[in-house]
Amino acid sequence: MFSLHYISEILPSLLSGTTMTLKIFCWTLIGALPIGMIFGLGLVSKFRPIRYILNFYVWLMRGTPLLLQLIFVFYGLPIVGIVFQRYDAALFAFILNYAAYFAEIFRGGLQSVDRGQYEAAKVLRLSYWQTIRKIVIPQVAKIVLPSIGNEVINLVKDSSLVYVIGIGDLLRAGNVASSRDVTLVPLLLVGIIYLLLTAICTYILRRIEKHFAYWR
Amino acid sequence: MLKIKDLTKTFGGRVIIDKLSFDVPDSEILTIVGPSGAGKTTLLRCISGLEKIDAGGFYINDQKFDPYENSGNESVIGVVFQDFQLFPNLTVMDNVTLAPKLVLKKDVATVKKEALESFARLQLDGKEDLYPYQLSGGQKQRVAIARALAMHPQILCYDEPTSALDPELRGEVSKIIKGLKQDGMTQIVVTHDMDFANDVADKQLHVSPIK
Ligand SMILES: Nc1ncnc2c1ncn2[C@@H]1O[C@H](COP(=O)(O)OP(=O)(O)OP(=O)(O)O)[C@@H](O)[C@H]1O
Ligand SMILES: [Mg+2]
Repeated sequence: MFSLHYISEILPSLLSGTTMTLKIFCWTLIGALPIGMIFGLGLVSKFRPIRYILNFYVWLMRGTPLLLQLIFVFYGLPIVGIVFQRYDAALFAFILNYAAYFAEIFRGGLQSVDRGQYEAAKVLRLSYWQTIRKIVIPQVAKIVLPSIGNEVINLVKDSSLVYVIGIGDLLRAGNVASSRDVTLVPLLLVGIIYLLLTAICTYILRRIEKHFAYWR
Repeated sequence: MLKIKDLTKTFGGRVIIDKLSFDVPDSEILTIVGPSGAGKTTLLRCISGLEKIDAGGFYINDQKFDPYENSGNESVIGVVFQDFQLFPNLTVMDNVTLAPKLVLKKDVATVKKEALESFARLQLDGKEDLYPYQLSGGQKQRVAIARALAMHPQILCYDEPTSALDPELRGEVSKIIKGLKQDGMTQIVVTHDMDFANDVADKQLHVSPIK
């Protein structure tokens, strides 16, 4: 059964599964990165209530399994009358979950910028937002990039959790073909596709890191 | 003329500066000397608006002035920090021109021209495209001076300008400070290097720790 013919037969369904995986991956990043950045600023803000609320949120999101969060949003919330489409439920849970991880990474990055940098900016009369934009964000970006990269790679693989709420992603496509045709081939192909995706991400992240290497 | 009257500063109830009064005439160099922990850095931070004072006041040409609340765009006090605090993500040129561009809203050509003139007199020519990590300690300090000067402050303050440098470079720093005095700059220099203080001072202020 391990024939080119068989592979070309199941490839379209695997590729459409890959498209779904990529859609969840991209939208999660597009949603979670800016939210994480803003929450990161909130985590270091002088305003205590904001810090408490965000710390609680981070604790909740990082302290419980993403799988539980997915199930909670899709199967749990309808019980109290909040109904999401499968795909929306997946994005909702993923963005909230990843924003918490990103917020924590940005918090660390923000805290590692020397206080003296803010003071130097202040005596030069730069405003808070000018300081954040021109001084803090470029420095934080460089510091957080490796940790963000780890989470991005994790996200490629975590996206397979949407399986549990019945979304036709790459893993599901492979599993369906494998049990229907009683063969390991689809699962091996799925593994290869995940490896390719993570390799591409790693390559892009390296390029971005290199882009930030012009100063130390 | 900068006048400081009855300046008091405490940290958590501990008095660091107690009713200190002094003045700095225009175009003069005031050195502030004293042992470690006497509150020299704290005093500079109060003058530059980085610390809120508990009592007392600042007057410039008899006009009351609050460096902590000052929210205008005009730069009154410039600071050269002990560890310079150059922005590592910006080139020498951008370090110096960032604030004039964003805060004073000057056009790029003007600020660049001013910066290049400043680099020439501070012997930084050819360094404009380098990043801070590519500079020596002395060069970093001169960039820090250029960056402060670019905002055209009325008074320029230095915290321990010789502490991060090789002893041979002390002469260079005092030459720069005296050169700026010739241009009319009013300067306050905190140091515990007595030879250096005596070399540059028009006036000297001794501070000692409060029991
Ligand atoms: N943010 C702060 N909170 C509490 N105490 C502080 C703070 N900053 C300074 N102090 C205290 O104020 C005193 C004066 O400190 P300061 O740094 O001004 O001394 P200094 O004269 O500059 O000393 P040095 O010559 O070692 O630089 C010290 O006892 C210090 O512990
Ligand atoms: Mg000091």
